[in-house]
Amino acid sequence: MDAAATFQPNAAEAGIDRSLIVRNLTKAYRAGQPVLRDVSIAFAPRGVTAVIGPSGTGKSTLIRCINRLVDPTAGELLFRGDDLAKLRGRALREARRRIGMVFQEYNLVERLTVIENVLCGRLGYVPVWRAWARRFDSKDVDRAFQLIDAVGLTAFATQRADQLSGGQRQRVGIARALMQEPDLILADEPTSSLDPKTSVEIMELIASRAGERDIPAIVNIHNVALARRFADRIIGMSKGSIVFDGKPQELEDSHLLQIYGGEGWLE
Amino acid sequence: MTDSGLLPSGPAGQRLRQWQRFTPLQRVARAGFYVGVLIAIIWAMRTIQIIPEFLYDAPQQTADLFVRMWPIDWSWYPKTVHAALIETLHTATLGTILAVLLASPVALMVARNVTRSVVLNNVGRLILVATRSVHSLMWALFFVAVFGPGALAGVLAIAVHSIGFTGKFLSEAIEEAKPGPLEALVATGAPPAAVLIKGIWPQVKPAFLAIAMFRWDINVRESAVLGLVGGGGLGMALDTALSNLYWDQAGLVLVVILAVVIVTEIVTAWARSRII
Repeated sequence: MDAAATFQPNAAEAGIDRSLIVRNLTKAYRAGQPVLRDVSIAFAPRGVTAVIGPSGTGKSTLIRCINRLVDPTAGELLFRGDDLAKLRGRALREARRRIGMVFQEYNLVERLTVIENVLCGRLGYVPVWRAWARRFDSKDVDRAFQLIDAVGLTAFATQRADQLSGGQRQRVGIARALMQEPDLILADEPTSSLDPKTSVEIMELIASRAGERDIPAIVNIHNVALARRFADRIIGMSKGSIVFDGKPQELEDSHLLQIYGGEGWLE
Repeated sequence: MTDSGLLPSGPAGQRLRQWQRFTPLQRVARAGFYVGVLIAIIWAMRTIQIIPEFLYDAPQQTADLFVRMWPIDWSWYPKTVHAALIETLHTATLGTILAVLLASPVALMVARNVTRSVVLNNVGRLILVATRSVHSLMWALFFVAVFGPGALAGVLAIAVHSIGFTGKFLSEAIEEAKPGPLEALVATGAPPAAVLIKGIWPQVKPAFLAIAMFRWDINVRESAVLGLVGGGGLGMALDTALSNLYWDQAGLVLVVILAVVIVTEIVTAWARSRII
């Protein structure tokens, strides 16, 4: 579709193992009340994994432990030869810049333009004085424009982010994540603030860009139908543990019952 | 509390539900508060010892001052007051710029979302309180003693006294920055300095400019009186006029100060509406 055929800069480096292994991951914000209980999952080096489950079940915590926005209490996160759980300082920043993240509330810097928000994806790479003086590498600027084209915001490149609609903002968020040249994309409820049509478009964009770049994406999502439609694998969580792990077509009502509880809502 | 038999009944035979804004204890506390305010006023009036004789002739004294100031000695303006006015504006402007430069790092130190150390937060807060609690006239006396009388002492007095005000409001603006965008930049692997420049600064910028301008507005008024203690500018001219009992010249200085305050008010109100 659209610019994909000519879109070279999105091709990821070859020969890197992008699988992520989560081993015995536990997180307790308060001692003795774990939100994540001894979770172990192996993520394949490509494909979209949807994590479903009720609110407050640890989906967000799981994703935030991976790029260490939340520090795990125990466990290992093996990615590209490092245990992400053990990294600190510069090593942690270098690991983070290979992991793109898309947020529910977009988290753009609203008073900056679209292009500058996208260029923020390079902040882990460029010297601070260059970012301050807005003297980004011309290759980076060109790539930012190409990504803006690819997410369909060509006409908005120099507009301020606070002038965009929710769907447009999320596209900027995706472009910013891709700007990092990531080896993994994390998306925390990327469609929960969007209308149904836009939600489909955003999921399609995440799935297609990750597919084209041949990198894995882990997406937390409330909407089971969207998860079924775009994911290659679905993980169901309940009370901090994994209760379902399989292909979308294997997910049955009995599993949903186990994940979400109740039953009236399934009819 | 539920004295069932005495309470009136509703149509369905149920008890009417009662509602009162305050509990009896709260009502006693509120009454106590008002009595306390009254006592404070009476106590204060007795302490300052108002002498009635001085009040009776106050209208005549005031009228007399105005009569002595009139006609205003406009010819003194080009000779002395104009240069003093320019010096006052320069003092206020340089003092404000210096204050903003000095206050910014302290504001970052105080802001809890930037500096995650309660000790450093409190050290910063102490600096803000210490600079603010000493009036700019006192700072001017101090700097006149150190550097001698003149505009330099005035600039430093304005700058140091403004650190508290500027730093306090700046740190509050920084703490109000939305955490989401900052988290997103951290997630890209950005170093803290880059998060500060690209995440916090764009969010704080409008407040920063508004605070700096508001403080400049205040500082123009403050620097106009600093000359009374040797800080240069209009106050120096006023001091000269007063000590020579040239009331017509003093009147001129007061009119100039009034005009400057009105003009800065108009300028800053216009500029603020452009930023926000």
